[in-house]
This record gives sequence, C-alpha cells and structure tokens, in this order.
Amino acid sequence: MIRKKKCVAMLLAGGQGSRLYALTNNIAKPAVSFGGKYRIIDFPLSNCVNSGIDTVGVLTQYQPLVLNDYIGNGQPWDLDRSFGGVHILSPYQGKTSSDWYKGTANAIYQNLHFIKQFNPDYVLVLSGDHIYKMNYSKMLNFHILNNADCTIAALNVPIEEASRFGILNTKDDGVIYEFEEKPKKPKSTLASMGIYIFSASKLYKYLEDDSKNPNSSNDFGKDVLPTMLNSGEKMMAYQFEGYWKDVGTINSLFEANMDLLGDSPNFDVSDNNWKIQSRSPLAPPHFIGDTAKTTNSIIMSGCEVYGTVENSVLASDVRIAKGAVVKNSIIMSDVVIEEGAVVEYSIIDERTVVGKNCQIGDPIDSGKGIALLGRDISICENAKIDGGAIVDKNVEEGK
Amino acid sequence: MRAVGIVFSNIHDTNIPELVRVRSFGSIPFGGRYRLIDFPLSNMVNSGIDTVGIITKSNYQSLMDHVGSGKDWDLARKDGGLIILPPFGDTESSSLYNTRLEALKGITSFLFRADEEYVVMTDCDSVCRINYNEVLEYHIRNQADITLIYKKGVPISGSIDYGTTFDVNESGRIVGLNYKTPLDVKDANVFINVFVMKKSLLQNIVMDSISHNKKSFTNDIIAENLKSMKIMGFEHKGFYAGISSLQAYYESNMAMLQQDIRNEVFGDRSVFTKIRDSAPTKYGNSAIVKNSMIADGCIIEGEVENSIIFRNVKVARGCKVKNSIVMQNTVLGENCTLNCIITDKNVTIKDKVVLSGSETHPFYIGKGIMV
Repeated sequence: MIRKKKCVAMLLAGGQGSRLYALTNNIAKPAVSFGGKYRIIDFPLSNCVNSGIDTVGVLTQYQPLVLNDYIGNGQPWDLDRSFGGVHILSPYQGKTSSDWYKGTANAIYQNLHFIKQFNPDYVLVLSGDHIYKMNYSKMLNFHILNNADCTIAALNVPIEEASRFGILNTKDDGVIYEFEEKPKKPKSTLASMGIYIFSASKLYKYLEDDSKNPNSSNDFGKDVLPTMLNSGEKMMAYQFEGYWKDVGTINSLFEANMDLLGDSPNFDVSDNNWKIQSRSPLAPPHFIGDTAKTTNSIIMSGCEVYGTVENSVLASDVRIAKGAVVKNSIIMSDVVIEEGAVVEYSIIDERTVVGKNCQIGDPIDSGKGIALLGRDISICENAKIDGGAIVDKNVEEGK
Repeated sequence: MRAVGIVFSNIHDTNIPELVRVRSFGSIPFGGRYRLIDFPLSNMVNSGIDTVGIITKSNYQSLMDHVGSGKDWDLARKDGGLIILPPFGDTESSSLYNTRLEALKGITSFLFRADEEYVVMTDCDSVCRINYNEVLEYHIRNQADITLIYKKGVPISGSIDYGTTFDVNESGRIVGLNYKTPLDVKDANVFINVFVMKKSLLQNIVMDSISHNKKSFTNDIIAENLKSMKIMGFEHKGFYAGISSLQAYYESNMAMLQQDIRNEVFGDRSVFTKIRDSAPTKYGNSAIVKNSMIADGCIIEGEVENSIIFRNVKVARGCKVKNSIVMQNTVLGENCTLNCIITDKNVTIKDKVVLSGSETHPFYIGKGIMV
C-alpha cells in the first residue's frame, strides 16, 4: 500500500510582525504569547490536529529560534509522527540557487518537495498570526463537494470595516468572480481570512508558473490567486462563522486577549470539544496571597500574586508584589512587578522587571494608548512610563 | 548516576484507606496538580537516575494513566527509562505481596537486567526534595553496606503519628532501631523510607529471604544486621512531609501555602508531573481569593481562603471555601459553604449546601459523589 495523506497543511510563520514593535524584536510573530498560556501558533496548529490534519509544514524565516524550540518535535500537539507530523521548514541553500522566502507563494514553492513526499490530494495554506477556532475538515468537504480548484475562507465583516481587508466578490453559489484588495467602495463584505485550500495538482502548476514570472512578487493574494481566477479555475469562498482575529497590531493583540475575559467571553479557550494544545510550563499551581485582590482576570500556573490584578491576563510565573496594581494589562511570563508599582493599560513582555513604585501606562480612558515594555529589561524604581510609549531598553535612575 | 531506582507505589495503602479506595498510594493527588509519586520520581530524575522501576500491587490504573510512558519525567527511553512492575504471580501462594521484601521477590529479573551498580529504593509516602547523588556519595564515602535516610524530628505536628526511628551514633552509623515509636520525641530520627545499597547486595538479600522466608525489610534484614553490616543513616535536613494519615495529608497540603516551604519544594521548577492541557484559570468579577494555591483550568467566582484548589474546579458565585482541599473537576454550587473539607475528584456540591469539618478532623467526600 502506498502511504499518502489526504491533506497537508502549510503554515506560514515567517512573518516579522513589525507592527508588534518590541514584542517581535527577537521572536517571530507566531511565537508571541497569547492568553496567558498560549502562543499564537497554537491556534492554527491545534485547529489542524482537531480537524484531523496530522501533517503540517511550518515555514519559518524571521528570528526562528524561539519558534523552533517551542514547536520542537510537535509532541504537545500529538504531531510527533513517523509518517507526517510537524516539520519546520526554513529557507535553505540549494545547488543552483539559495534564497530567502521572497513571498508567501515562494515559500511554499521552495518546499513543494516536502509536500510531494506525502502525495496529498489537497494542500491547506494557513497563516500563523490569527486567533480562531476552525474545523478545516468542514472547509475541505466544502471544497470537495463543490469540485473547486481553490477555496478561500471568508468572514463576513461590517461594511464600514470592509475596506481594510482583501474582499471576495462572489456569485450567489459562492463562486468568486473578483478579488479586491482593500477596496474604497466594497461591493461585498466577505473578507479573506488568509486560509486557502488548493487541489494539489493545481497548486503545483500555478506555483511553477509563478516562479517563472520575473514580474511576480510571489505572493498568494497579489499574484497566484488572481492568476488562477483569470485562467478560469473554479474558486470558491467558504464562509466561516465564529471568532476570528488578526493579531498583527498591538491594539488587536490587546483586544484579543481581553476577549477571553468576562462571564461569557467573546472567545472561549476552555472548550473541551476543541482543545487548544500548547507546550505547558513546568510550574506549580499559582498562589494568591492574603493581601491580593484578583477580579475578572486570567492567571496562569506559577504566578505569585500579593497585589491587585483587575481585568488582566497573567502568563506563567509572574510575580505581583504587595501593594502593586495591575489593571487592564497583559503580563507575559516571568515578569516581576515590585511593591507599589502601578501598571495600567500596558503589555509587558517576558522576564521584564518593573521596580518599586513605578507607574507604567495611563488609564485606558486617558486616550494615550497602550504602553509596551519589551522582554528582558528592567525599569528602575519610581520611573514613569507614559501610555502609548514603547520601551525596549533598561530604564535607569535619573533618565 | 550509577544507580537504578525502585519506587514502591502501594506500600502504605492502609494509612489512608479513604484516598486509596480507587487508586494506589502513589497516585494520591497532592498540591493542586501533582500526585505523590511525582516527588520520588522527580527526585530520581533530578539526581540523574534514568532507569526507574515502579512496583505496583492493586488499583494501579490511575497510576499507569498518570505516568504513561514516562515522557513527562524524561523517562521514555530506549535504554532504561520508566518500567512498571505489576505483581508477579507465584506458584506457592496466590496472594499479593504485603511488604517491600515480598514485592522485591517479584522483580528479580528487573534487578538482574539493570546494569547499574547501586539501587535507590523509595516509597511514595512523602513530599520532599532529596538529591540522591549526595546520599550515594555519603554511602560510598562511608563504605556503608546500606544507607537509610532519616529526618530529625517531626516537621509538621501530627504529620506522623508513629514510625520507625533510629539510634544513630556520632559517626552516623545506625546502632538501634525502634518500631512504631510514638513521635512526641522532638529529636527522634524518623526513617523516611529511602534505602541506598549496592544492587548485588540487594539481590543477595532477596535471594536469601526467598530461601529463608523472610518477610520484612526493616525487621528481618535491617534490625537483624545492625552489627554484621555497616548501616548508615543520612540525615535529610530539608522540608519533609510524611503522608501517614488523612490528617497528615491535609496538613501537608496546607503546608504548601507557606511561602518558604513552597519555594523549597517548587522553587526550582523541577517537580515533574503529567501535563494536561487545561486553559488558564479565570477569575470572575465577584471572586475573592486569599492565601490559596489554585491550579489551571478553574473558574473562580466565589470566595476561596486558605485552600488548595486542583485543576478544572468551578467555584460558583456566593460560594465560600475555607481551609479545604478541592480536587480535580469538583463543581461547587452557588452559595454553598465548605470549611475543612477534602473533596475527591469529580465531586459536585449543590447550591446552598453547608459542609464543615475541623482542622484536626477534615471531612472527606469520596470520588464522584454528589452532595
């Protein structure tokens, strides 16, 4: 029997995420922490596993160390397989040419040999910067049922926001007749989610063609998909209903984290029927001290909380000292907030130390925006960091 | 490390009949996310022992489920790793073992196969961090035949009611052994059930006890050979909690609420356990939590004070939990009140129920019960 896979997923995880500023100085966007426990890439990876797709190529390029370490052999997602499983695909040196990934399509093109060894009928292309729960097998069934060559997942967005997205104009039966990239006057509200299913043979053909076109920017959205449409391939829009968030900016990352809070949160990660798997830290349960106050927040294992935590997300091993206040903020793992410090409307990245009586950020209604502290820095006692500021170096006394 | 590890998972079953009705002693839940076997296993792994045999007796499904392939302790190995040793049938008697020595008779082939020079044997009845390398060095330096670990005094009052104690001379050699000593003596040297010796010696002891029908390691081997063998005592100076009764179990859990003890036991983040993917714990708007240890996956909307809350517990609005241990998947209804209660896994407490035990006699609610 020839072993093959019905569908192979290719996860584009090379993005720099420059609009996340200090958060992505040293790590790729998909490795950014989310929701206390997760990293962004956990969502597409878990979606794959929960959808029955057990072969995933992860295309890395920008600062891949943390991401590669995190994915490892894929064991936390049950993707440590002898046939299939998760594979890190980094740019490589070839005999005749050596290139970085030039665009999304080029990244897949350079790894066609990886896909072909599994002889799949379909290829799912995903991006590593979205937070959502989606059953890809439903989308695949839709693709098969409609005998499509390419299916693009689409989300209905409010008409006033439609001009921020790539819009799919479709006929009544879901067949796409036109793409519009960020149209000023959108004709439809179906926004592309950057999730594509291709029939494998078509993908191979169009990627080969694209690679030979010197004028192409080797991008799916700009080049490959429009070419396919113009060549008369059957392209379908698959309408997705549910929570989906592009966390490409500081504000959207903050909002997505806050969407986890509340009695009936906008986005629920504790759904046992659709578990989000991740690499768990080795930490004891968290401890809430006598002087602590913890309301409407998410707190991960290993934390020690002696201060006040309100409307916030705390990742593992965070220490909030007595008298410190954390409000409307996202605190990533191993951060220390010392006595009397006040943190409001801020994002603080891993292992940063905030000194005594510091003031980080301004209240959420001050209109000054989110204060962002990068990883591995220390902020001296009594320092004041304004809302909207981005700090990625130590703040020392007298400065 | 040149030692193979042996863990007795069922030796103390009679200590806490309530908790071992549905599980083996080693798989008793502890400290919010752990099981008792995690402590000896982690101590072994952190000491570089990478072949560990776990001797089981009965009700060991939960234990097997917990340790699995040993992956979470880095013990899923081709060479050595974690090996479960179920009871070995014996043609003469169909009954299962009762003592360590009888259990060891069933694992002679495991001992034969292991190529390590030394053996570290431990029970699952304690919560402590021990570096077995130091013990082994001590053992070798003193040219001991057997080294036993003891703890001076009783760290938590009431944590052990009675036990085996040693008389130790200035050089550290054990010269006397007392059984079932009432432990009101503050500086008693309490045996904490860890043995170190050469594997070849252990094999000889086991063979000899098969032919002479000896039953108890401490009574028939240690006590009988205090003069003919050099049996040394190694003092464990760090935190130690012995789980000898339900009361001791309760107090040992509560000890984890003390910062210095918590730091000693968990500070270096090297107590390994089975990884489960629970979402982080969520606190509601009405949550009030003081001095408590809370594991992942919980939803806390009520009040929690001086308590240990395991994974995936729901504390509804208006519910008050004090001085209690609430195990995995327990659901506490609205406006219920719990004081000095131990709920086993999957317990449901309905709205407005009031339950109370006392700190000296915590009230235990069995697995899966609805109140």
